[in-house]
Amino acid sequence: MRRLLLGSILPALFIVFWEISSRTGVLTLESLSRPSDILRAGIVGLADGSILVATGQTFETALLGLTLAAFAGIIAGAVLGLSPVLERVVDPTIEALRPIPAVAFIPLALMMFGFGVSMEATIVAYACVWPILIVTISAVKAIEPRLLEVADVLEMTFVERLRKIILPAAFARINVSLRVAAGIALVVAVTVEIVLNPRGLGYSLILAQQSLRVDVMYAQLLWLCVIGYALNVVLLNIGPAPIAVWRAGR
Amino acid sequence: MKTIDPIKIAALGFALALILTWQLLAELKFISPIFFPSPSRAGAVLLARVLDGSIWTPFVATGLRMLLGWVLASFVGIAIGAAIGSSRLARDLLEPTLDFIRPLPASAMIPVAVLFLGLSNAMSLAVIAFGAIWPVLLATVHGFSSVQPELRQVSAVLGFSRREFMQKIALPSAFPDIIAGLRVSLAISLILSVVTEMQASLPGLGWDIFYAQRVYRSADLYAGLILLGVMGFAANHTLMLFERRVLRWRNLHG
Repeated sequence: MRRLLLGSILPALFIVFWEISSRTGVLTLESLSRPSDILRAGIVGLADGSILVATGQTFETALLGLTLAAFAGIIAGAVLGLSPVLERVVDPTIEALRPIPAVAFIPLALMMFGFGVSMEATIVAYACVWPILIVTISAVKAIEPRLLEVADVLEMTFVERLRKIILPAAFARINVSLRVAAGIALVVAVTVEIVLNPRGLGYSLILAQQSLRVDVMYAQLLWLCVIGYALNVVLLNIGPAPIAVWRAGR
Repeated sequence: MKTIDPIKIAALGFALALILTWQLLAELKFISPIFFPSPSRAGAVLLARVLDGSIWTPFVATGLRMLLGWVLASFVGIAIGAAIGSSRLARDLLEPTLDFIRPLPASAMIPVAVLFLGLSNAMSLAVIAFGAIWPVLLATVHGFSSVQPELRQVSAVLGFSRREFMQKIALPSAFPDIIAGLRVSLAISLILSVVTEMQASLPGLGWDIFYAQRVYRSADLYAGLILLGVMGFAANHTLMLFERRVLRWRNLHG
């Protein structure tokens, strides 16, 4: 309660100061707009669906990229985690590719796929695959060796091993990396849209700025804060649930 | 006599095999050479640009942008983080607001920064600092708020002022956390340098690869990508070495 109260003091003061100074003409900068106009633009955008459509596009691409990264990262991570020799052979190549910023691939992806979903999803996948891959490798390495011996005795195939032993045993840590990657996915998707892909929230943000609809721009920025915050809350809370379900169902 | 680890040879072989596959695919025109120039062509372009010196201007521009933005983010991040981590009032006042804006993608601040600062280097630095501040800030908060209670008691016994406590106890004790945050921040700084260069046509490697794509000089594009990888790798490893050196005392005391 004290936190909520004290925490809202600064933003409230800021908004009131902003509104008053723009109404009394102290601040006449065109880049500023005013809180009441921004609120109105936000309500209009939500009501006519334009913000929601853009949000849907951004989420769709981010999710597609994240799914690709999860499949690639978990499978490759399981293979490398099971074979220490192979891991050490591939590791330098991973370390060489990983530091290249994902956004640097934007021009390349544009050349290969043109504008649209696939180009954006590819870049999202590239950015998201590293945390998943690296955590999966170390999680699989940490699996109790006896479990793997059981799999040997039962002569399980790789797919069976993955489904029945590796994923359940390493799930908790892989899950954490997926949550980290989900945050990255949203950020990268918006970034690609801002730089050049003409769809989604990032694009409508840059469009609002370039057409000098400053109120719309701030409204969308605020909306991005809200969904980013909501995503964080959701990701923090869904974590334990699947584990609990899995344990209960055992 | 030193024996060479066979796994290291295999690792080198794996990387070379990947490059060779790429080269073969390009030679056989299996993939369009317009999009995928052979690695030998990309390498030749890179070498030529290194030799005639034309690569250093964008390389230095991006490197400088990354470092300046990072330093800015580090100072502000450590200052705010120290305040939040050591004062309950500051924490209650600031943390909710910071938690709210933290998930905002830094690139979303580009349009706002452009309105205020134009398509300038200042705009680029502001965006980089905004994005790179979070890891340092969070690490500093964590480091300052997890100072061991015994150390607090020691400083009380010695009659340290608040300032002395910060300088002699809190900061050194939070340092390992801070330096880990600094490393993440540096990687983010490089990413945002590239993004702002692309968005605002500022000089640097990010703009170079963007331009190379527009005029379909894909060998140049790959050369730029390779250099960006080198820069990211070098930046991360320099800090890692620094971290190991500075934090040696921790291992000594076990």
